[in-house]
Amino acid sequence: MIEIANIIIVIFIILGAFFHLIAALGVIRLPDVYTRNHAASKAATLGVLCILLAAFFYFYFHESEFNTRVLLCIVFMFLTAPVAGHLLGRAAYHHGVKMEGSKVDDYQEYLEIKKSNEQQKYEEFKKKLGKNL
Amino acid sequence: MIQTAVTIAIICLALSMLALVYRIIKGPTLPDRIVALDAVGVNIVGIVALICIKVDTTAYVEFILLFGILAFIGTVAFSKYLEKGVIIDHDRDR
Repeated sequence: MIEIANIIIVIFIILGAFFHLIAALGVIRLPDVYTRNHAASKAATLGVLCILLAAFFYFYFHESEFNTRVLLCIVFMFLTAPVAGHLLGRAAYHHGVKMEGSKVDDYQEYLEIKKSNEQQKYEEFKKKLGKNL
Repeated sequence: MIQTAVTIAIICLALSMLALVYRIIKGPTLPDRIVALDAVGVNIVGIVALICIKVDTTAYVEFILLFGILAFIGTVAFSKYLEKGVIIDHDRDR
């Protein structure tokens, strides 16, 4: 029983460390803010969830203690890390960082139409986006 | 077995934190640095959870929760500053 638990804990720990390494590699190697944010916010979140789950299992099987605070940490990280990533991406866009090697920018178009306040153009834009999506 | 795995994982997390610090120093724009800083916060949470397993205590679990909240608030404040230039808005009708 305890050996199976040990194997599960070790698998989760190694998986978490692997995801953290992947996230750091992405942050170093990828070309611009949005792709770096993509790597950091997704892979690092999954890695930390794996490590916290390993800690929860460790305390549950070795100390036979149901540690609610670790579970709360898991829920909290799972909820807040994507929100932080979204806010960072939006702030980078409004800060004026361009995406590397991309020519299509629908959001820019949307902002211009919204500023010009023309209803007909807005309807056309919505139709065009509906086709793409 | 668990002790070895935890040591390896702590080394991996330290290496990835080194990579993120490289991005903080070099990053060409300000949002790059903030993205890397946010990832460093997540990394610290992981390292403290691993140290909890290694020294076999639950005393540091509060720190994990606290640091998660603090990193989130810091990231929100930074991104709001980047977007608007202010962090706390003033009331309009005053």
